[in-house]
Amino acid sequence: MMNRTKIKVNDLNLFYGDFQALIDINLDIMENKVTALIGPSGCGKSTFIRTLNRMNDLIDNVKIKGEILLDGADIYDDKCDLIQLRKSVGMVFQKPNPFPKTVYENVAYGPKIHGVKSKTALDEIVEKSLRGAALWDEVKDRLDKPALGLSGGQQQRLCIARCLAVEPDVLLMDEPTSALDPISTLKIEDLLEELKKKYTIVIVTHNMQQAGRVSDFTSFFLNGEIIETDLTDNIFSKPRDKRTEDYITGRFG
Amino acid sequence: MKKYEKAIEMILFISATIATLSVFLITFFIFKEGLPILLEYGILNFVFGANWAPTNGSYGALPMIIGSVSVTVGALIIGVPMGIACAIFLAEIAPTPLVKLFKPAVELLAGIPSVVYGFFGLSVIVPMIRTYILPIAQKFNSDAFTTGYSILGGAIILAVMILPTIINISENSIRAVPNEYKQGSLALGASQFDTISKVIVPAAKSGIITSVVLGMGRAVGETMAVILITGNMPKIPGSPLDSVATMTGTIAMEMGYASPMHQRALFATGIILFVFIMLLNVTATFTTRKLGRG
Ligand SMILES: Nc1ncnc2c1ncn2[C@@H]1O[C@H](COP(=O)(O)OP(=O)(O)OP(=O)(O)O)[C@@H](O)[C@H]1O
Ligand SMILES: [Mg+2]
Repeated sequence: MMNRTKIKVNDLNLFYGDFQALIDINLDIMENKVTALIGPSGCGKSTFIRTLNRMNDLIDNVKIKGEILLDGADIYDDKCDLIQLRKSVGMVFQKPNPFPKTVYENVAYGPKIHGVKSKTALDEIVEKSLRGAALWDEVKDRLDKPALGLSGGQQQRLCIARCLAVEPDVLLMDEPTSALDPISTLKIEDLLEELKKKYTIVIVTHNMQQAGRVSDFTSFFLNGEIIETDLTDNIFSKPRDKRTEDYITGRFG
Repeated sequence: MKKYEKAIEMILFISATIATLSVFLITFFIFKEGLPILLEYGILNFVFGANWAPTNGSYGALPMIIGSVSVTVGALIIGVPMGIACAIFLAEIAPTPLVKLFKPAVELLAGIPSVVYGFFGLSVIVPMIRTYILPIAQKFNSDAFTTGYSILGGAIILAVMILPTIINISENSIRAVPNEYKQGSLALGASQFDTISKVIVPAAKSGIITSVVLGMGRAVGETMAVILITGNMPKIPGSPLDSVATMTGTIAMEMGYASPMHQRALFATGIILFVFIMLLNVTATFTTRKLGRG
């Protein structure tokens, strides 16, 4: 099967004030694949993933150079519609962050702000998204209950459903399972397998086994640079760079 | 060591007791002075009586109740939207340097003595109502008349006076909304306006409601500023441009020269004020609790 580039990152540099957090990043992210970002703490994985939906714009003093092409169009171009961008590039955070609203309202929030009004349409989207996030069966009887009453793993899947509801192309996930127990983690990993049929997924993880299990491609970050990007199988069996090998065999970081 | 702790514990206990006891003593005192006349004159006659003429033995408190309520409601209509808007601006929109300029100004507002507010209202707001608002009112109703001493004037000044309460408490509760909610909303492609109105403000609603109730308490209880601006006519008002007397204003102005019977009637007015404030607090607690759960 042919791989199509969904996101192309060209010579990306990012500064927090004087501190350079990302250095000459070049990366192709393939459509309908899972790309894992690994690397020691503080190497810039979160910073990088936030550049992909421009969440870094919220931080003061950030300077960004280079370009990121989503389907060929630069998302840092002045013409880029931020709302449209974040609609098509969804994000799941490390800590589950459902709104203090009902389960239903959490999922319906996105479609509502993007203009869906009809109750039947919303009902459909909510069910479809919750099914897509493998949560429907667990919550279908408590749609009108507070989302904060769900378990951590359920909350995280709710956050995934909330993203799916606005029909994105790309899903960004920054350590989505680091706050979850092993069973919830497995559920989310299984879910990724399902989701990549329809979405392009970028996931940050500290868990090597997880990267190995869920991803097709892996990028190894170190001190703000990408040391190496390859098929996950290659990275884990025959890394080209000594530093990659040291990291995945746990000899450093 | 043990001894010190015991002594400190004792001091803390005594302080707490004095604070609590004061509340009970004041309550007891007001009820002791006011309750007999309330029962003798009839609670309904007192509360719904439209005529307040203490020298003739006529104690209808309705004009003052309406006076207090109308001035307070007016203050809320003006002050609440303004205060919440200001809180949102300070917490979510204004750049830090501007916040550093605004916050002390708002705090200063809280420190101005109420008689100064009253004086300002008397010398600025009251004439303004007479010269600018009255002609507008007369366009709709040629009989309209006002001296400027009015519900509207009182409401405007009270609105400014309750602003610091509403702004500070609302701002704090908005700032306390976890950043994750905001990020979650923005990451879905929500605009800043949607994020504020549909996620942040709802998440902060219990604090915002508390601020409104506390502001309302301040408005109901305010005395000095209101005396200087509302005209102190114990008559049931027909429009926001009419003069009114409030419960607090009447008690403060008439207590000095009141006959014993009249004095007791003023205490009875105090009881009504007291019940008002109690009801406010209870409603506040309940709504906050109910919303807190939702
Ligand atoms: N808002 C910020 N302001 C200034 N420096 C920042 C900011 N956010 C991150 N940094 C710095 O940028 C570097 C990269 O941080 P980042 O959070 O991207 O790392 P990470 O790879 O996600 O680490 P972790 O695995 O611990 O989450 C770190 O040195 C960090 O201190
Ligand atoms: Mg991180």
